[in-house]
Amino acid sequence: MEKESMTIVVFSGEMDKALAAFTLANTAAAMGIDVTMFFTFWGLGIIKKGSLSRGSKSMLQWLMSIMRRGGAENLKLSQMNMAGIGKKAMKILMKKYNMPSILEAMALAKEQGVRFVACTTSMALMGLTEDDFTETVDEFAGAATYLGEASKSKINLFI
Amino acid sequence: MKADETLDCIGLYCPMPIVKTAKAIEKMKPGEVLEVVSDDRGIKSDMPAWCEKTGNELLGIEEVDDEIRVFVRKR
Repeated sequence: MEKESMTIVVFSGEMDKALAAFTLANTAAAMGIDVTMFFTFWGLGIIKKGSLSRGSKSMLQWLMSIMRRGGAENLKLSQMNMAGIGKKAMKILMKKYNMPSILEAMALAKEQGVRFVACTTSMALMGLTEDDFTETVDEFAGAATYLGEASKSKINLFI
Repeated sequence: MKADETLDCIGLYCPMPIVKTAKAIEKMKPGEVLEVVSDDRGIKSDMPAWCEKTGNELLGIEEVDDEIRVFVRKR
């Protein structure tokens, strides 16, 4: 029996949306499904190191990157973030119910063989290079790579 | 129902019970039975779905007070 596969385009860069993406990825992986997550645009923030350094960015790109620092620990809530208070409240609740934090969910995904792919076009736009990303990223690729995977998969999601 | 291994998932919510079940089953031999204990009601439909997808056998689900005990045999 051939292994089933699933892809997730992670376009959003907020903590709650990322958690939803990783929950689906982790569950699918536990069900024997091969999962590829394609991080694009704001989703790149999830797999970036949370650095403020300029690197090879233009002034405009650098200013943008300071406003969207990235790094999985620094993600905001998509709603009710309330300058971080809402996020803190959410984290307290998650801990109370033994739910994995974003970093734990990512580690679990890696452990289960979920593939992380970073979108090179979004990277170019934001002035990012491979060094800006954590070691969790398996591949740097474009939409054709994504669509090649997606055309083989029964489940393709956009988050 | 008797089990070779027991997995305690009390207090854990999706996806943790399923992810832990997958890990536990991997370490077991074919024919062995895993008992998963959970208090998350979602497991009553999650485990059958997991079994169907992974080809492992769902032997039964017992409910004792607030605990749900699912028995799975590794194929």
